[in-house]
Amino acid sequence: MSMIEIEGLNVWFGHGPDRVDAVRGASFSVARGESFGLVGESGSGKSTILRAITGLAPDWSGRVDIDGQALAGGKRDRAFFRKVQMVFQDPYASLHPRHSVDQVLSETLHLHGIPDIDARVRSLLDDVGLGGRFRFRYPHQLSGGQRQRVAIARALAGEPEILLLDEPTSALDVSVQAEILNLLTDLRAEHGLTYLMVSHDLPVIGHMCDRLAVMKSGEIVEVMDVGALRAMRAEHEYTRDLLAASVAPGPHSA
Amino acid sequence: MNLLDVENLWVKFPTRQGVVEAVRGISFSLGRERLGIVGESGSGKSMTGRAILRLIRPPGMIEADRIALEGQNLLDLSEKDMRTVRGERISMVMQDPKFSLNPVMRVGDQIMEAYLLHNKVGKAEARKRSLEMLDAVSIRDPERVMRAYPHEVSGGMGQRIMIAMMLIPNPQILIADEPTSALDVSVQRQVLNIMDDLVKQRGMGLIFISHDLNLVSEFCDRVLIMYAGRIVEVCDADKLHQATHPYTRGLLNSLPRLDQPRAKLEVLSRDPAWSEAPSVGGRA
Ligand SMILES: Nc1ncnc2c1ncn2[C@@H]1O[C@H](COP(=O)(O)OP(=O)(O)OP(=O)(O)O)[C@@H](O)[C@H]1O
Ligand SMILES: Nc1ncnc2c1ncn2[C@@H]1O[C@H](COP(=O)(O)OP(=O)(O)OP(=O)(O)O)[C@@H](O)[C@H]1O
Ligand SMILES: [Mg+2]
Ligand SMILES: [Mg+2]
Repeated sequence: MSMIEIEGLNVWFGHGPDRVDAVRGASFSVARGESFGLVGESGSGKSTILRAITGLAPDWSGRVDIDGQALAGGKRDRAFFRKVQMVFQDPYASLHPRHSVDQVLSETLHLHGIPDIDARVRSLLDDVGLGGRFRFRYPHQLSGGQRQRVAIARALAGEPEILLLDEPTSALDVSVQAEILNLLTDLRAEHGLTYLMVSHDLPVIGHMCDRLAVMKSGEIVEVMDVGALRAMRAEHEYTRDLLAASVAPGPHSA
Repeated sequence: MNLLDVENLWVKFPTRQGVVEAVRGISFSLGRERLGIVGESGSGKSMTGRAILRLIRPPGMIEADRIALEGQNLLDLSEKDMRTVRGERISMVMQDPKFSLNPVMRVGDQIMEAYLLHNKVGKAEARKRSLEMLDAVSIRDPERVMRAYPHEVSGGMGQRIMIAMMLIPNPQILIADEPTSALDVSVQRQVLNIMDDLVKQRGMGLIFISHDLNLVSEFCDRVLIMYAGRIVEVCDADKLHQATHPYTRGLLNSLPRLDQPRAKLEVLSRDPAWSEAPSVGGRA
């Protein structure tokens, strides 16, 4: 059965002349334990799809089923967040500036009713490759990559079944990226997690995902499997351009 | 003369757990070129950029023998003169683009305000120029984005808005901290071309901070590789793939590749000797 089932999803913001139809008629499904990628143009609606699922973009129509349960409107209950967690694109905005790493994680664990908080905080920090010396730091005392690791630790705290990952490693250097991607790979294998992951980095999507959807101007133009991606076999013209650009030489060799 | 000369730069933060040395005695120069700074998370890239502009928040401290902009030591300037340097001569695109925009002011008003500060023109002209600038960074619906608040634009749009704004004063030096990390490849290339033109045509100096090794290798002229607050290797950008330091090799090998699928990515095994070795000089 599919874990995420999206059918004819429209998401919009504002009204009148400022109305933005950010997502139009998007459909795809993600099987339990699958890792599904969303790629495409900047501003094409990738983050908006994740935000609609988590209730952060309340104006939407269409069908969104999570583990067989239909979602409605913009309210999500506690059980939903126990099952679904999101890692945001922007590690700066997503952490409260006056909460230390320890507070962020302890409070999240407490909220989920998880016992033995002290030991869990330590193991979460270990999992994301941050040692104990970061435990009592505040967000402004961390580099961009270190913040993103805290955000990932927070998402993992409640042991969710579905992770929505919005550019989870675009703020990270390649070695930490490798560590985080390996960690995500292990977690998925060990706990049968389901991922819906946005990235503009095609090799990252190729490494992490089984299938992917390509978006342009609010619409999904193509759903393909990773084999087709690796073989650079695309149906839609935009996807072909995207693939070509990702291997084309830069200004240096021009 | 070099545009910028940095000699023995240190950035230190006293914390409850002791002093964090974010940058440890690095020296490098910048000409009218594209200088890349790469290195793992926490290696001191952003703090290096911020220190040049003296933008380290207290209790953080900057120490250096000198940070000279065309021979003028920035460490000797008053805070007032430093503001002029920041406004007119050196611009920085911060790693946290949306964070540096005013959240309660429309994007268009912010761009126009910046433009009017540097150009003696009327409002209508400023508006027209602002729209053109958004268009130049491939924002599709500039009219709407002008009316939007920062939280109403996507991650990549925020980055492009910041780049457009930072180029308004026509700076001699642009420090761009992960300026394209949220952009898809095609938009990324358009933005790089804009910066490239400024270096080639107006002789701007560009410090390009990024963790994307392929991008830096293609786009920059020289690269400094940082580790634990020091420069461990300096090389010509197009020779980055032949870099010899085991840390740089490790970074290169940890990249996923479409043509070489593998179950697990290689991760760095760090050698304590890397952080003890003295910094390599980064002068051209
Ligand atoms: N709160 C909002 N109010 C108004 N418009 C919004 C809001 N959030 C997003 N948008 C608009 O919706 C469109 C899609 O944005 P979204 O953030 O989903 O793009 P994206 O595909 O994630 O892009 P990127 O790769 O740059 O992050 C954009 O045009 C954006 O300006
Ligand atoms: N206010 C502060 N107090 C204590 N330590 C700090 C503070 N600000 C930064 N640091 C530390 O300084 C080091 C260098 O930070 P910097 O932001 O320069 O890293 P970076 O190379 O830009 O990393 P990233 O790629 O993750 O952005 C990090 O280890 C960080 O934790
Ligand atoms: Mg986005
Ligand atoms: Mg940084």
